Amino acid sequence: MIKDITLGQYIPGDSVLHKADPRTKIILAFVYMIALFMIKTNAVPIIKVYAGFAAVTFFTFLAIVVSGIPLKYTLKGLKPILVIIVFTMLINIFTTNGTPVYPTGLLSKITVEGINTAIIMALRLALLIIGVSLLTLTTTPILLTDGIEKLLQPFKKMGLPAHELAMMMTIALRFIPTLLEETDKIMKAQSARGADFDTGNLIQRAKSFIPVLVPLFVSAFRRADELATAMEARCYRGSMGRTRMRQLKLGGNDAVIASVTCMFFACLLLLQYAI
Amino acid sequence: MAIVVENLSYIYMKGTPFEKLALDNISLKIDSGEFAGIIGHTGSGKSTLVQHFNGLLKPSSGRVVINETDTAGKNLKELRRHVGIVFQYPEHQLFEETVYKDIAFGLVKQGIPEEKIRPAILEVIRIVGLDEDILEKSPFELSGGQKRRVAIAGVLAMKPGILVLDEPTAGLDPRGRDEIFGFIKNMHDTLGITILLVSHSMEDIARLVKRVIVMNKGRIEMDGKVSDIFNRPEALEKIGLSSPQISYLMKRLKSVLPDINDDVFTVKDARDVLIRYLSRQERKA
Repeated sequence: MIKDITLGQYIPGDSVLHKADPRTKIILAFVYMIALFMIKTNAVPIIKVYAGFAAVTFFTFLAIVVSGIPLKYTLKGLKPILVIIVFTMLINIFTTNGTPVYPTGLLSKITVEGINTAIIMALRLALLIIGVSLLTLTTTPILLTDGIEKLLQPFKKMGLPAHELAMMMTIALRFIPTLLEETDKIMKAQSARGADFDTGNLIQRAKSFIPVLVPLFVSAFRRADELATAMEARCYRGSMGRTRMRQLKLGGNDAVIASVTCMFFACLLLLQYAI
Repeated sequence: MAIVVENLSYIYMKGTPFEKLALDNISLKIDSGEFAGIIGHTGSGKSTLVQHFNGLLKPSSGRVVINETDTAGKNLKELRRHVGIVFQYPEHQLFEETVYKDIAFGLVKQGIPEEKIRPAILEVIRIVGLDEDILEKSPFELSGGQKRRVAIAGVLAMKPGILVLDEPTAGLDPRGRDEIFGFIKNMHDTLGITILLVSHSMEDIARLVKRVIVMNKGRIEMDGKVSDIFNRPEALEKIGLSSPQISYLMKRLKSVLPDINDDVFTVKDARDVLIRYLSRQERKA
């Protein structure tokens, strides 16, 4: 029932992107995001803006092909934010000032500029989600948090508990599938006793989840307790003097990915701002 | 109530890279009033199969018919009253403030009037061997064994015609196990309901059921009487199972004492056979 959720899902593979160091991928994801927002959207003629977005779309598509992840899967990530995209588009279409599409009637509220802004906004959001989801689709949660921990290391001197933050994230990510499975199991057990989650009004439906939530909380606390005991039994004491079994290593692979990405965006922005 | 399964296949996470064929073209018929056991290695599809019996899972292909009703139909409420499933570690589903309310949950959902609920609960609490004064306690303050019984009582309260038990005694001590199997067997004998027992313990299966269904990799590997199945330990071992330990002992004894009866799968029967054998020897001497 509930297993269809693809939250932060990792898809195994051995592409260049899968093998790259998580730190490289995290930093490049930031580069990608920043570049996406630096693309000039007020260039004249408007075709220049579209050319910029076409280039980024092509780049993103290329990255998906390299990763070997089915295109369908990356697009699936857009589903939850579809509402936001449509909403943004509607607001932009109706509120931007400029030349009306048609002089009279309802159509006079719609402007050419509005339509352009709407399309650009939607493209930007969609590319943002797809690009960043490529990070989680090609990186295991454990590696991802390892990478974050390493990247936060310099801030440790300022009192940032990098290791503890990373550990909390690892544990949270680790237990998402477990909790989903547990929810599924409890929902099945309660359905077998006659519980009904799909009918009735909003309040009735919310109430029908009490038989799921109570056992779920009970088991989550039990699990947390057991995990804490297990960690203590293995002498876990936080970050002090802790070494890693798997050391993260930057390789030639990372250099190639990083330079290709940076070169691409540098050229793109240079062209956009110079011409 | 009878269960008929025809060419049932089930695929988990269909249409994703994680697609997995969990049941592979299964056909099966379980008659009304049968007491059957399902054994199989972890991941062999036992739990997936039993979840089809009350419509929690819908067949990817093929069909499941319970008492002439197809489980793909709309009337799940009716179906779920007739087919009770006790899942593994059922005590994890307890949630109400009192034991009484928890057992009543299913009955209330079925729309059964208040005045009929109380007698039903009193009856079922007696069946599972609990005291009446437990009813007003919180289910979370009970012992593990008591919780398990309360959870089972919640399913039994609906008086299902088919009862499926998935490892009902996992994690219990021998006494708790014997007591639970005691009332399950008693219910089968007195009420004549159809019972399916999923278990990893060959000893329990041999002791309780008459028919054994062996599953492996989503298929039914063997299906027959207890003696037919457990007389082929090699076939069972090949798929990660075994015969009850006592039957290995009896086969070893048979190789030294050829005229002993080795068609024995429970400790109790083995004791009887050995006593008979020894008294025969004594008479001869």
